[in-house]
Amino acid sequence: MDLSIFGYQFMQNAILSAVLGGIACGTIGVFVVTMHMPFVGVCMSHAAFAGALLGLWLGFNPLIGAFGVSLASAAIIGPLADRGELSPETSVGVIFSLMLGLAFLFMGLMPGTKSGALELLWGSILTNTRSDVMLLGIVAAVVVGLVIAFYKEFQATVFHRDMARSVGIPATLILYVILFLTGATITVSLSSIGGLLIFSLILNPAAAAYQLTYSMKRMFLLSAGFAVLSGWIGLLMSYLLNIPSGATIVIVSSVIFGIATILSPKRKVKPWQKKPLPEERR
Amino acid sequence: MGSRVKTKEMNNIVINIENAVVSYREDVALRGVSLRVKSGEFVGIVGPNGAGKTTLLTIVNGLGKLVHGRVEVLGHLLTPGSGHFLRKRVGYVPQVENIDPRMPINVREVVMIGRYGLLGLLRRPGEHDWKIVDEMLELVGMSHLAQRPIGHLSGGEQQRVAIARCLAQEPELFLLDEPTASLDWRAKADILGLVRLIHNSRHLTTLFVTHDLSCLPVACDRVILVKQGLIWGEGSPAEALTDDNLSQLYDMPISAVRERRKEAILI
Repeated sequence: MDLSIFGYQFMQNAILSAVLGGIACGTIGVFVVTMHMPFVGVCMSHAAFAGALLGLWLGFNPLIGAFGVSLASAAIIGPLADRGELSPETSVGVIFSLMLGLAFLFMGLMPGTKSGALELLWGSILTNTRSDVMLLGIVAAVVVGLVIAFYKEFQATVFHRDMARSVGIPATLILYVILFLTGATITVSLSSIGGLLIFSLILNPAAAAYQLTYSMKRMFLLSAGFAVLSGWIGLLMSYLLNIPSGATIVIVSSVIFGIATILSPKRKVKPWQKKPLPEERR
Repeated sequence: MGSRVKTKEMNNIVINIENAVVSYREDVALRGVSLRVKSGEFVGIVGPNGAGKTTLLTIVNGLGKLVHGRVEVLGHLLTPGSGHFLRKRVGYVPQVENIDPRMPINVREVVMIGRYGLLGLLRRPGEHDWKIVDEMLELVGMSHLAQRPIGHLSGGEQQRVAIARCLAQEPELFLLDEPTASLDWRAKADILGLVRLIHNSRHLTTLFVTHDLSCLPVACDRVILVKQGLIWGEGSPAEALTDDNLSQLYDMPISAVRERRKEAILI
């Protein structure tokens, strides 16, 4: 196998992107999974996609558009998710379809070739530049830094928002910080993984970690580890088999989730649980 | 009668609710409630479902939002700004909810959440905090389950953990919302005894919401009857919980109330 390819700058950028994007996505994913709000993340990633297309259409930086629109969607979803009244899924579903509609509207209105738009849809980690890597690094550092600094506030809010509030933790603020970080992570990962696929790199590694541990700290580590691993294996396979990288990364992360679910100690009935209690112990 | 002994504490009012109105969407949960609670009192709040009992608790810890009236807690006027600060001194045990059995957090960590507000931002729990957590788990008899994932516990066990969490906060007020709901009769009696013990030994002021009348007489100094968002009556358990009052409170014929009493005697 010829691996001299890894000496090239673009490949190094891709490998670094996988590490930094993986850490950010894996960490954010823990919140999405434990707070039971996967649909909120899906909605925000499509909002980011629509925002990026708006930027492409009107000629400003797609990243700014992506960040702005995903935060705007978070501002609408946040209060719904926080209050927990009327099933938020319905309203989030409406916003989700609106974002998808806007995305395709902007794409249709865009003059000329749509290659830039398609790249945002599929993503291409192999064309990441040094500045893309820098941006991923900054977001990953902010996400990890905040989680470490405010671990106990995040932990309490994730477990039970009303309980967190009742002991004097500003749970609403923490929820909005989580939504803000989700928006930022999605935005900077858009060019690597693509608007349609980014969400699975947030959800799948965390969902896999959720199957394997009862410790939240370990869940953060496992989730980030799985996300980085998905990036690396996906990248390698995409290079060796000459297939699209974003799609490969997402498929690898799904396979990791599948394996974690099969191996999960949380759903297995242990052998001793299958036997009736022996006569002498009744 | 027992309350007469505590004449010194009589002037010491720790909860003062004046004409509180709380509305959700199109419903009015409280329609002008005034209530004073003295330091060290154990007050039972009774009434049918939807009467506003839980809302009455949430305006004391500032989670419920007033549309009219004022609430003073521990000598401070409760405002949206003072809520965080006051909540650190008010222990709240909400109704038991289903917890995802796969939730990655164990019993000891859940109890520690009670101390997070006191600790404040950027400070980590130290040895002293873990010691308090372990003491509280011991007190509620849950030490043997300390390392178990919280979602694996039964309803009664989770209720005990919630009480331990509340106590780890070292509160001055102790608010309990239906702590005996959905428990078997042995667990009910145990939780009740535990709450009374804690109330006495830690000199707390306790508000105890329930629709389970069999719990009340042994535990309370005073009973508040709540119906349709208003305080409908109050008094000592013997004065308040008469057949006549209960029949009107629950819109039930007196004969049915008497029948219920006989059934409840088992507990």
